[in-house]
Amino acid sequence: MLTKRIIPCLDIRNRKVTKGVRFRDNVDLGDPVEMAEQYYRDGCDELVFYDITASAERRPIDIEMVRAVAHAVRIPFAVGGGISTLADMSRVLLAGAEKISVNSLAVQNPAIIADGAAAFGSQCIVLGMDPVRVPDRQRFPSGYEITVRGFRERTGLDALAWARRAQDLGAGEIVVNSVDADGTRQGFEIRLTRMIAENVRVPVVASGGAGQPQHLVEVFRDARADAAIVAGMIHTGACTIPGIKTELAAAGIPVRQTW
Amino acid sequence: MITIVDYRAGNLTSVRLAFETLGEPVEITGSADRIRAAERIVFPGVGAAGSAMRTLREMGLTDVLRSALARGVPFLGICLGTQIVFERSEEDGGVDGIGLLRGTVRLFRSQDRFDKVPHMGWNSVAYRRPHPLFDGIADGSEFYFVHSYYPDPAEPETVLGVTNYAGTAFASVVGRDPLVATQFHPEKSGRIGLTFLQNFVNWHPG
Repeated sequence: MLTKRIIPCLDIRNRKVTKGVRFRDNVDLGDPVEMAEQYYRDGCDELVFYDITASAERRPIDIEMVRAVAHAVRIPFAVGGGISTLADMSRVLLAGAEKISVNSLAVQNPAIIADGAAAFGSQCIVLGMDPVRVPDRQRFPSGYEITVRGFRERTGLDALAWARRAQDLGAGEIVVNSVDADGTRQGFEIRLTRMIAENVRVPVVASGGAGQPQHLVEVFRDARADAAIVAGMIHTGACTIPGIKTELAAAGIPVRQTW
Repeated sequence: MITIVDYRAGNLTSVRLAFETLGEPVEITGSADRIRAAERIVFPGVGAAGSAMRTLREMGLTDVLRSALARGVPFLGICLGTQIVFERSEEDGGVDGIGLLRGTVRLFRSQDRFDKVPHMGWNSVAYRRPHPLFDGIADGSEFYFVHSYYPDPAEPETVLGVTNYAGTAFASVVGRDPLVATQFHPEKSGRIGLTFLQNFVNWHPG
């Protein structure tokens, strides 16, 4: 049967893996290509890279890094950060990435989702979204508002409405990154993730809050996510991918265990 | 030399890199002449069947590919490449494929809201018949899939491997020598995928 995917996320600033909530921390965790290779050897199912420099400074994505990763790993990987045109997407895909992630720039220009899907196929276009919990259920029936630009700006968009719209425009996968859980290592936002997973047809990736393997058990079993992002918990060595997969398997969650 | 057919159906970078990782010389071409001279053909593809078949016909490649197979040239289909070797696909309102294998390609119709379409991720392949391309790969190993349509072969003897998704056991590896075609992406399936591709490189169909 289809297994749940464990996806390490590497935030990149100036060709170094960096820690923390986007745009705020400067701790250098290592070389992205070396770390990617290690996680690949450890049995991760996919990888995702967010180029923070490209996104924050509106610079083109570091294509040499994408190429180096593509040479080093033989599993799919996604790249995001400042991608706003078809030319950006084409360059990144031709460098060897499997998928493109769009987030803030898709909110600004939703047509980029449809254009990307038409040009390269929906399977190449991932919508990243950063919802924050809000009390106003009149304006935001789902209970969550979409934020952009490192969680700093509110958009007035309801999270579920935006997810559905992105799907209809052609996004092939949705990464739901909880602003409230991000960086806390206290667990994923189950309610938010489940709501999106239940209400869209495409695969949903849970993101934000992973601190221990039990959190992944919960997000797969209770939120019905198809995949989960891990970052700090493995970058610090607190957990390993094989260790996570062993616990998931013991809890009855289907995971790939030979690689 | 591996000849990868380029008919503008998706990104060929991963396929090229996988063979380069194995140290195999690769040419990527849409030229009928180059394909006629090919020793070993890889027929990949990502995207929609309708536009892929239109392009293939425009490029005059359907007969060239049929002849290569008739000559016994080892031929590996991948993903959309696998789907269009069949007679027909349900996609795009109904598309005629190249017809190298009898059968139809169908859309996953999931009954469970959590069985998402596309089928995306690592799923296991259960062998139905032995094949040299499976050498060194345990029965039930996982490969990487991403697709919304799946092959439904009309001839049971062409089913080499089967995978379960959304309540459907579908043929994930099909073929009749010298053709093998996978619904999964061996070039994205890690070390196991590389073993599969190496087996293809080494394969001398009887």
